[in-house]
Amino acid sequence: MLESSQRRAAVADFLLAAAGVVLATVAVGLVRILWGPGDDDRIMAAQLLGTSGIAVLLLLGQAMSVPAAVDVALILALLAAFVTVAFVKGAARSEADRA
Amino acid sequence: MSLALDALTVLAVSAGAFFFLAGTVGLLRFPDALSRLHTLTKADNLGLGLIVFGLLFQVEGPFAALKLIAVWLLTLLAGATVAQLIAHTARPGGSPV
Amino acid sequence: MAFDIGLAVLVLGVAIWTITARDTFAAVIGFVTFGLLLALVWVRLAAPDVALTEVAIGSGVTGGLLLGASIRLRRTETPAAREKPGATLRLAAAVLCTLVSAGLATTVLLLPEPAPTLAPQAAANIPATGLGNPVTAVLMAYRAIDTLLETVVLLLALIGMWSLAPDRVWGGFPGPRHHSDPEGVLTFVAQLLVPVGILVGIHIFWIGSVAPGGEFQGATILAAMWILAMMAGLVDAPPVSRRWLRLLLVAGPAVFFAIGLSGFAMAGAFLAYPAAYAKLLIVAIEVPVTLSIAATLALLVTGPPERARQR
Repeated sequence: MLESSQRRAAVADFLLAAAGVVLATVAVGLVRILWGPGDDDRIMAAQLLGTSGIAVLLLLGQAMSVPAAVDVALILALLAAFVTVAFVKGAARSEADRA
Repeated sequence: MSLALDALTVLAVSAGAFFFLAGTVGLLRFPDALSRLHTLTKADNLGLGLIVFGLLFQVEGPFAALKLIAVWLLTLLAGATVAQLIAHTARPGGSPV
Repeated sequence: MAFDIGLAVLVLGVAIWTITARDTFAAVIGFVTFGLLLALVWVRLAAPDVALTEVAIGSGVTGGLLLGASIRLRRTETPAAREKPGATLRLAAAVLCTLVSAGLATTVLLLPEPAPTLAPQAAANIPATGLGNPVTAVLMAYRAIDTLLETVVLLLALIGMWSLAPDRVWGGFPGPRHHSDPEGVLTFVAQLLVPVGILVGIHIFWIGSVAPGGEFQGATILAAMWILAMMAGLVDAPPVSRRWLRLLLVAGPAVFFAIGLSGFAMAGAFLAYPAAYAKLLIVAIEVPVTLSIAATLALLVTGPPERARQR
């Protein structure tokens, strides 16, 4: 059986790998979203980054023993929503300008 | 005991990562913005929930666990409501908010 | 290791996309994405304080600011796109950027190992400040004058922005009036998030004395929540000539400066804290500074006055 410190290191490595997987999904998602013609798709970028970024932060924080990463995730949740609302209002205003 | 907890963590986090992958596949394959938004919100939030569930077994103390749950709830609420907002703008002939 | 390489490639990719984006709206989205990814880099480098600041100010509020600027510049985008700089200018810019990047890279790679640092002395003197977070100790005790000057700089930026108002709306309401359907989604989002955000902002401000956090990050969250409430039409921006608003904006730097001056009497130098009262004085500075900075940032994003005050 693995010693507890070895097991802790193994779990930390696993969490880091999981963070890498989620980061890869962010990369692929970003390529699709930022390419997507038109602003409707791009507005989702902040949401994608928000949810996935929070997942990566929580995993990283646990893997690296940085407890403050949870606070960063908390702020990320709020600010991602704030930025998305700003983008939606901006897009709406540009529609009104173009009309 | 803690071996079982670690195993639970590995299982839950793997399931969460799988849902993130599924969400990204949906993001790539779905035909229009609204359905992409749908998969983004649902799959990613579910994945996050599973990851938070898995991490609950790793943190020390109830306060840290409650904080993780609070992060997930906030993301869920913020994500769900903001997705409605994006959908309003993204639908064909989208009305400004 | 693979994670780090992947993250670095992703950050660079988003940066390149942002620079080459077609219109400013897309570029702002790219900028915010870049900032949020950079926060991941900071956490990976075990610098959560910087990550907090990056998410809050670097991405969130600055993103809002740039978005407002992009909306104002919308009408000039097509004529601006037609004026392309000549080939020599672009070549000169490319050479300059390459030189700067090469200079930065050589400096970083040639840093002495171990790098000279004041960290041990900084950590050794923390108990005298009564704080538990070394970053806050640097910001509020060792280099408090930098923080004081930062608050003044923000205030000057705000005054500069207000001076852009045309004469007839001088002292009026900043930004457009946002109307929102009271039964609609945007109002619901704001009613849900703003109270939670205020709580989180106060939490981040308060734990700054013992954990990553502090007044700038907390103030930025409070500012973002006020901007959100204004965007949703829940509250209207106050006219910039209101006395309570101006007192709120000035209170932070004024209290900071006053406590700094009293440092002469109490401990012999500007912004010196007597050891017994250090934590108390720091908190006494932080509370008004947080409120002032929150108001300043929110007003900076809202913009110069656009609607006249009705008399």
